[in-house]
Amino acid sequence: MTRFLLRKAVGMIGVLFALTLVVYAAFYLAPGDPAQLACGEKCSPAQVLQVRERLGLDAPVHLQYARFLQGLVAGRDFSAGTGLLHCPAPCLGVSYRSGEQVSDMIAARLPVTASLAFGAMVIWLVLGVGTGLLSALRRGRLSERLLTALTLTGTAVPVFVIGLVLLIVLCAQLQWLPFPSYVPLTEDPQQWFWGLLLPWFSLALIESAKYARLTRSAMLETLAEDHIRTFRAYGVSERHLVTRHALRGALTPVIALTAMDLGTLFGSAVLTESLFGLPGLGKLLVSSVSLIDLPTVVGLVLVTGFCVVLANIVADLLYAVTDRRVVLG
Amino acid sequence: MSDELLVDVRDLVVEFPVGAPAAAPSDGGHLRAVDGVTFTLAAGQALGIVGESGSGKSTVAAALLGLHQGTGARTGGSVRVAGVDAATAQGADLRRLRGGLAAMVFQDPLSALDPYYAVGDQIAEVVRVHRTVSRRDARARAVQVLDRVGIADAARRSRSRPHEFSGGMRQRVLIAMALACEPRLLVADEPTTALDVTVQAQILDLLHELRAETGAGLVLVTHDLGVVAGSVDRVLVMKDGRAVEHGPVAEVLGAPREPYTRALLAAVPRVDAPQAPVGPADPPRGELLLEATELRREFATRGGLTRRSAPVAAVDGVSLTVRAGETLGIVGESGSGKTTLGRMLVRLLEPTAGRLHYRGRDIGALGERELRSLRRELQMVFQDPASSLNPRRTIGESVADPLRVAGESDERRIRTRVGELLERVGLNADWYHRYPHEFSGGQRQRVGIARALAPEPRLIVCDEPVSALDVTTQAQVVDLLGELQRDLGLALVFIAHDLAVVRQVSDRVAVMRAGRFVEQGDADTVYDSPQHPYTKDLLAAVPALDPTEATARRHARLAAV
Repeated sequence: MTRFLLRKAVGMIGVLFALTLVVYAAFYLAPGDPAQLACGEKCSPAQVLQVRERLGLDAPVHLQYARFLQGLVAGRDFSAGTGLLHCPAPCLGVSYRSGEQVSDMIAARLPVTASLAFGAMVIWLVLGVGTGLLSALRRGRLSERLLTALTLTGTAVPVFVIGLVLLIVLCAQLQWLPFPSYVPLTEDPQQWFWGLLLPWFSLALIESAKYARLTRSAMLETLAEDHIRTFRAYGVSERHLVTRHALRGALTPVIALTAMDLGTLFGSAVLTESLFGLPGLGKLLVSSVSLIDLPTVVGLVLVTGFCVVLANIVADLLYAVTDRRVVLG
Repeated sequence: MSDELLVDVRDLVVEFPVGAPAAAPSDGGHLRAVDGVTFTLAAGQALGIVGESGSGKSTVAAALLGLHQGTGARTGGSVRVAGVDAATAQGADLRRLRGGLAAMVFQDPLSALDPYYAVGDQIAEVVRVHRTVSRRDARARAVQVLDRVGIADAARRSRSRPHEFSGGMRQRVLIAMALACEPRLLVADEPTTALDVTVQAQILDLLHELRAETGAGLVLVTHDLGVVAGSVDRVLVMKDGRAVEHGPVAEVLGAPREPYTRALLAAVPRVDAPQAPVGPADPPRGELLLEATELRREFATRGGLTRRSAPVAAVDGVSLTVRAGETLGIVGESGSGKTTLGRMLVRLLEPTAGRLHYRGRDIGALGERELRSLRRELQMVFQDPASSLNPRRTIGESVADPLRVAGESDERRIRTRVGELLERVGLNADWYHRYPHEFSGGQRQRVGIARALAPEPRLIVCDEPVSALDVTTQAQVVDLLGELQRDLGLALVFIAHDLAVVRQVSDRVAVMRAGRFVEQGDADTVYDSPQHPYTKDLLAAVPALDPTEATARRHARLAAV
């Protein structure tokens, strides 16, 4: 177990390091002048030069990268207006655009994305596993075919279509729901819930189709296994067979997939966040990329990459916990 | 014998839907799996149902518990078990029948238990279906029956999950589950098929003992006539869904009336009879092909979540020779390292230590590139013909593979050669375009042999080539191997856990245990006057076909404990 975690941790550092390299390389090759953008359109060439110097963009790219790594490991200082701004390790740097510390910017938006992701997860699990179960148990009947068709439609329609339709119908026309907004959970749980309900659903509808299909096939597979036959031959009721024996086996892949999807969602909820105007990580990523705000982008990539790798490790652990035959190695 | 009939089966017919979608089973045709079987069983008696795969014997067993209800199968005739009509019973009656009155001991103990729960909990669950007892009492009953079937330290082991037990111990757990509610009938479906011969003897002895103790009746379903001989009073022989012969065990096995029963008996390899070897009568002294000296192979293992890995020697210092035209039999129980050894001999695995010479050349440490020229001379036939043939390619393509690898590119010549090979192993040359699933197990194994023959090898290692096959098919495949050896002068290494089969084919035999050869020698010498105690144990555990002999051996085993 310790060895497993240790090996995974080393692997994670390797992955994150590679990610930063890729982002730096991409930015070096991409067109556009970050200093010009940071300074604004009306800046004189002299002012742009000054900004470039202040941001350290005049140095060669490998030196910039070295400074970034140094900041990450040991912290670094930035000139901010007149004085110096100290950024302690692990320092992700300072936004070219706003001069804010990247770590602060991410910390402010993380709860938004986390609320969105976890809430959506709850809904897609209920919807997806429920639908999958139903369709597995009613295989071949009309209700099963309808459910399958429904979940397929869910996968096929893009999030901005589902989200937009829900938005127009539920918020604008029927006015059953408030327009989505983000209120921190700690501030007002009720408003937090209502404000996120629509984004949750539109995100979950798409994911749940995948879960329905996975649950259905895993369930059918487990129900055909020999140990189900054993308990049937011992008079165990069908309901008991499903809830106690079949579901347990069928949920193992669902749990593992959930962990991984959740990790991915931290960096890929862009569309949902943009559509509903939620100030999350995805939205920040999009705006930072268009502004060539390198430190912010690198910071975001690191954090979301961390989430993805972490989710994979958690998925492995959950696999081993739910199925004792799995040996971590 | 009591007057009351425990089991009363009359004109049982079971038909399965075929070729129809599950949604509308009535649209398609039906396959008659059981066709008019009638038998009775008095309380406390034991009946063996014997037949080859596909004979319908397991279908009969399932019908005793009403397991065809709700599956789309059509049943006819009547099945009464302890007064309950198994075909029509519903609700509480059906539940009482299943596990309370009659209990099934399933085959393949690994998949027959839920991998996610402790075995004690699974047995307790069954107890609570049939008795209104507290969770704690049900658990206590589980420990009690586990202890009864010989699980040492039952209270602690009851908290283990199925994968933490060996095959034999899992089979004991399944028997314990069957005993949990004191049923009046035990239905055992191939309870020992997946087990080693010594473990098989233990399980059969246990069933025998439990029956004597509880007075329960037994229906024992098996393909192995030897298993039946010492365990039941009467035998029912099935073929193609029909009962071809039915009578007291001594009569059916001793003086069979039906030709089919006689054929079945004749096909059973005998461990006690000196066999006319299938190879040349004189032990051949051909060219020395393979010589292994102190071969050793280690595998890294992982103890558990936290423990560090320590290498385990699967093969631990084995020396052997194989000459052209002879068969070396390697017999051993599961885990003895015989498969690892076989794979090393054809260099699918690299030895950790020791020397391996092929025709005087050291091949133990050759790299993949240097081995390539040798590959065609050293071939292997695998145990499971179903999984060692690619299901998505035609058998002709599979057999042609080694030819193409050898550089043959003329499509016509390949076709001709594959056709010859298929005919050589007793298949039809026109079957080039058929897929593995269109063939029976025995035919698939013939394809596997044809593939091994394709590059014209000098030596073939057969790893359990017949253990997945019925006795009659087994006999045919064994005959084929002998014939090929005679005609082509092949050297064979025949690896199996079945002592009788090994004796039947081998000139020389090596007995393997825990990675070592405990005994090696001339086949007749090893079998007729075994020197090592382990060899003696193995031979004593082989089920005898003669009921009297079987009982005598059981007593000898019990006395030896």
